Amino acid sequence: MNHTTKVTPKPLLEVRELGKAYRRYRNELMRVVSWFSTVQPQEETWILRNINFDVAQGEAVGIVGQNGAGKSTLLKMITGTLRPSEGYIRTHGRVAAILELGMGFNGELTGRQNVLHSAGLMGFTHAQVDAAMDDIEAFAEIGEYFDQSMRVYSSGMQMRVAFSVATAFRPEILIVDEALSVGDAYFQHKSFDRIREFQRQGTSLLIVSHDKAAIQSLCDRAILLEQGRVLQDGMPQDIMDYYNAIIAKKENDKVEITPLDSGQIQTRSGSGEASITQVSLHATNGNPLDVVDVGQEVELRITVAVCADLPELVIGYKLKDRVGQDVFGTNTWHTHQVEQQLSAGETLTYRMRFNANLGPGSYSVSLSLHSSDTHLTHNYQWVDHALVFQMVNMEKDFFLGSSWIMPTIECERQAAISSESNESV
Amino acid sequence: MLESLKGAWRYRQFIATSIRHELVTRFARSRIGGAWMIIHPLSMVLIYALILSAVLSAKLPGIESQYAYAIYLTAGMLGWSLFSEILNRCLGVFIENANLMKKLVFPKIALPVIITGSCLINNLALFVVILVVFAVLGHFTPSTLLWVPVLTGITVLLALGLGLMLGILNVFIRDIGQLMPIVLQFLFWFTPVVYPAEIVPPSLQAVLAFNPLFHLVGAYHNVLAYGQAPSLIALVGLTVLGAGLVFVSALLFRKASPEMVDAL
Repeated sequence: MNHTTKVTPKPLLEVRELGKAYRRYRNELMRVVSWFSTVQPQEETWILRNINFDVAQGEAVGIVGQNGAGKSTLLKMITGTLRPSEGYIRTHGRVAAILELGMGFNGELTGRQNVLHSAGLMGFTHAQVDAAMDDIEAFAEIGEYFDQSMRVYSSGMQMRVAFSVATAFRPEILIVDEALSVGDAYFQHKSFDRIREFQRQGTSLLIVSHDKAAIQSLCDRAILLEQGRVLQDGMPQDIMDYYNAIIAKKENDKVEITPLDSGQIQTRSGSGEASITQVSLHATNGNPLDVVDVGQEVELRITVAVCADLPELVIGYKLKDRVGQDVFGTNTWHTHQVEQQLSAGETLTYRMRFNANLGPGSYSVSLSLHSSDTHLTHNYQWVDHALVFQMVNMEKDFFLGSSWIMPTIECERQAAISSESNESV
Repeated sequence: MLESLKGAWRYRQFIATSIRHELVTRFARSRIGGAWMIIHPLSMVLIYALILSAVLSAKLPGIESQYAYAIYLTAGMLGWSLFSEILNRCLGVFIENANLMKKLVFPKIALPVIITGSCLINNLALFVVILVVFAVLGHFTPSTLLWVPVLTGITVLLALGLGLMLGILNVFIRDIGQLMPIVLQFLFWFTPVVYPAEIVPPSLQAVLAFNPLFHLVGAYHNVLAYGQAPSLIALVGLTVLGAGLVFVSALLFRKASPEMVDAL
């Protein structure tokens, strides 16, 4: 038990019973009348309802959900451009959003003038902007273009200036949209570094993305929105698995989640036309394994029961590390081993042999049964965390990371060359 | 009300650069740039002064100049153009800046303040040109020129009050944006700008008196054309009306504000 009592700071963002409704009146004149009387709207459409969550200082929270789930409405209310219809949002400190980079930029003005203007739009005074101007110019790295009119900028350069000014002053809450995927790789890294730095200094991040990797690598927590409600709030990898299952879900599908002993959550979905009945990991001599040595050859055995006549069946598996990042995945469509014309009642046993060239730590296996190349078309079954195993390094030299890619290292040494012995022919 | 004024003050940087940028972009990439700011009103005044005077050469009672009609016309135009420019731009201000309002948080009062600032600069340019042209024509009314800032203030009050009210309603009921140019046309012809008030039959004079702009433009005529002090009763009346309109607009804005972005 850890006895250091941590003073839990007040959350930077509190969202309570938040709801947003768009009201429709018989006609717009009635809306105007309603401001001064008790006229009721004819119809209310709730975009969001009963949203509750806190974001602590320095916490990074991912907001995921399908289009129309209410993500942007939620963010707009947190930013303050939209007013909640019920409930409230309490923020402590400045909220900045990297949603629409370059809002209000004017092509006829120079980068420097635009920076001044858009920082003004963020509510900063001339003196404050002047003090930060050199940093903004340096961060954008667009050289003398900074003093040329913006219409000659490439969209990447405009993006750079926009990001630099949007993040010139550290906000307490930063909302990051997928906007960050613009710009070249170099600047993307630079911007991520800056966001990380803000986070270290105590900025809370709200990140909206469909990118699994981004959510899992950046966020401490994720919130899944579905039809205007918080469907789940929890660990990013669990939420992303569940989200994945929802996307694959078809009308007759069901999504089932079961907490595992390890504390993780297993998500199962699919039509059930084929299902996985058994999964196990074995050494080459056939003995079952749950601890695997680095580099050991192992066999993954999967038994599949076919419950309906199927034209084709593809099985896929994926190894994921502790934090849910994909390590390796493939399926029998990619390996050209699609099983054709299956009839109900058949049983298939797959044996997949591979060398576990993985770093120490725990890994999980996700499995999917579907037709054609992805599980998005005909998803028969999808099981997350179907199997969990431990990798340990028993005899190999020490290394870091989740992959074992041992090099052979060569080194040539040359003696220092003294000027006398310098014989050039 | 006080809160939003504070907001406008916090955003003074944004307001200042917005006004400047508006001027800069208007003349960007033109060779003589800011000189156009003078040339446009100058040409307007010259057309009235030279062509209309030469063609119509009508003498007006009370002005000792052959350019009397031109002077009368320009004096009225100074007031009318300020009023109509602010009103027209306020009408569309929220719709035009919808994108900004949907994406960013800033005191929305900054938007009409920017409009007022930029219209005042245009009006000032016109006023300077008028003074120069009047001097060239030998018409000079130094004693009453100090009234011009007062009249400008009242015009702004009236135009902002009415403009904001209609601008807010226009977000929800877009017909207002279509209707207003027509109403303004009527208002223009029901205000003695291009014709002297005296030629209106006495029976109609009483009707005209209900038009606040009749008194406003009349005051401009008094000050710039006739060299007389404007009627104090009219000025007080206009100020009260303007303040009332601004108050109603502020109230309307407070009520409309939560739903405004929803409707944009």
